[in-house]
Amino acid sequence: MRAAFEGSQAIARAVVRCRPQVVAAYPITPQTHIVEGIAKLVADGEADCEVVSVESEFAAASVVLGAAAAGSRAYTATASQGVLLMAEVLYNIAGMRVPLVLTCANRAVSAPINIWNDHQDAMAVRDAGWIQLFCTDNQDAIDTTIQAFRITQDTELPVMVCVDGFILTHLFEPVDLPSQEQIDMFLPPYRFSRTLDPRRPLTLGTLVGPEHYTEVRAQLHGDLEASITEILKADADWADLVGRRAGGLIKLDGPHRAKIGILTLGSVYGTLQEAARELLPGTPLRLMALRCFRPFPAEALRRAVEGLADLIVLERAIGPGAGGILATEVRAALAGLRDAPRVHGAVAGLGGRDIPLGILSRLLRLAEAAEPVRCTVIDLRSAPPARPGGAK
Amino acid sequence: MSTSPETIDLRALRRRQPRFSGMDPGHRACQGCGQSLAAHIVTEAAGPDVIVANATGCLEVFSTPWPQTAWRIPWIHSLFENTAALAAGIETALKQQGRPTKVLAFAGDGGTFDIGFQTLSGMIERGHNVLYVCFDNEAYMNTGVQRSSSTPHAAATTTSPAGRVRPGKRHLKKDLLAIIAAHHLPYAATATVAYPGDIKAKVRRAMAIEGPSFLMIHAPCPLGWMHGPELTIKVARAGVETGLTPIIELERGEVVSVLPIREKKPVTEYLRLQGRFRHLLGDDPVAVEERTHLQALADHNIETYGLLAREGDLRDSLSAALVRRGGAIR
Repeated sequence: MRAAFEGSQAIARAVVRCRPQVVAAYPITPQTHIVEGIAKLVADGEADCEVVSVESEFAAASVVLGAAAAGSRAYTATASQGVLLMAEVLYNIAGMRVPLVLTCANRAVSAPINIWNDHQDAMAVRDAGWIQLFCTDNQDAIDTTIQAFRITQDTELPVMVCVDGFILTHLFEPVDLPSQEQIDMFLPPYRFSRTLDPRRPLTLGTLVGPEHYTEVRAQLHGDLEASITEILKADADWADLVGRRAGGLIKLDGPHRAKIGILTLGSVYGTLQEAARELLPGTPLRLMALRCFRPFPAEALRRAVEGLADLIVLERAIGPGAGGILATEVRAALAGLRDAPRVHGAVAGLGGRDIPLGILSRLLRLAEAAEPVRCTVIDLRSAPPARPGGAK
Repeated sequence: MSTSPETIDLRALRRRQPRFSGMDPGHRACQGCGQSLAAHIVTEAAGPDVIVANATGCLEVFSTPWPQTAWRIPWIHSLFENTAALAAGIETALKQQGRPTKVLAFAGDGGTFDIGFQTLSGMIERGHNVLYVCFDNEAYMNTGVQRSSSTPHAAATTTSPAGRVRPGKRHLKKDLLAIIAAHHLPYAATATVAYPGDIKAKVRRAMAIEGPSFLMIHAPCPLGWMHGPELTIKVARAGVETGLTPIIELERGEVVSVLPIREKKPVTEYLRLQGRFRHLLGDDPVAVEERTHLQALADHNIETYGLLAREGDLRDSLSAALVRRGGAIR
């Protein structure tokens, strides 16, 4: 059924149709509308689900961990400081191989405090062991959320669905909300191989010494890499069912003959598509959105950049003292590739700064540089203050 | 059919014994460990239809060195400070699924008084049907005897050492039970390994309650308290008999029963057994002053909770059980 929803309400409806049994969350902008939506649907009797309004994001993550381990499909949502407060539990959930879905309504991280969108929160936990999928629009957010519940169950790896705060969560646009019947066909009832049950007592979360720890961590790494198969399969099966893919590993747009490509994460992909169409019609340009950031799809990326002379990486996060986080990983993935494109790193849109269509021509100028641009904050209004954040 | 003594298989006999134990022996706890004793008693009283959420700490470490486990009941450890929230999540899942299994949360004093305090308060406030057991050995023993907010005033730990200027911990032991009681939860109690029957009775009462309950068990740590492993019970009992360890029961925040003291002992009877108080036993003015402080604290407990045995208290600190003076929960 195609109808106009606020992004958060659409996500809430998609989550409820995935039949979660326990939802726990703590309020943080811009995630709140999702959890409010779920709470209302549960209050209206549209889901047989317990909503636990906890005292912190740290507790939210812990509650859903316990619920999933006790055999219930569980879900939480957060953003920004909430992700950071959860960080210890997020590592623990992945290490314990417990299936969970978390929506991250991406938001900047303090200080300075800022409630608007960028990707610093998700980047801060990129090595926690979670699958991280970035959505380009609200249809993508709905479809990815539904797929995430199946991926997490099949892989016993937690999945973080990254949705740009405000830009998507608070945007009204028409989406196709899959029916309960469609979702039930796609998503089997929850099951967990190590459910806590007195009839079959298991010990979970034991102390593991140096003689076994390396193997456990190596297994997590290997299984996360191998989860690409399940991520692709979920998308393919979903396409068979509803006639629409959510983007696989990397979304691609533009002619094969293009010599310049732009790779990004999240909703700015749509901005770049529109800019290319409106401002530079006829200019061959390959636009890419990395949907699957963890596991990092190095092979798929190498194929996606074939034939490019220059690849510009546009990202909404920064590793202070190091540069672009995504750009660094892209360079590592392309290292040693024959005829690899030059990789230019651009940071923009931090803390909700609007990325206008005009960004495209500024990005393309990077390809004209004599040497690859390592990292430039491309939308600076002025030079940074002498003492950032400090009072005069 | 008769069985000659030669053919009796002791192991088979032991397996047929009806008494349930949630925790197997052979784990790696120290000799005389009060916590392992308390955990054993709690799981025995709680029975097999439970799920345990266990905080990081000695109990977790000595019972589950991969690939071994001492647990015969479903058991999960996640982190240090999230045990109450973890238990709340398990309980919520069981409730949604319609499973009647009781959830227990196990943590030490560090995980309860300090780092896990917030999740505990949240769990109780939301009314989760969980029995939270705090094994109180009054310091961070797992990391090597650092002070916690449960460490008694003037006790020496590695981070509150007794020196020429400072006589051990400067601050008072946090009155956690009063804070727990302020949540007006259905049931809260203290207990001690010196009285195992009392622990079992309290666990059984808590198991029968639909809602949050809290049990704090005083559990000596021979390593951290610096006493011989054979003295664990004696030390724990001296804590009760001096008034330093009040053993009480609360329903909805109100005291409904206490373990009465028949023969009140001076606090030095408790202090002299333990190396962590050794610096308080001399005649120097600081030692005398701190002993006076501790005696005042014990006297305050005795007065506040009415701990002295009354005429007609048939069971007390010598006969080792609880005298109930009211309350509704049996």
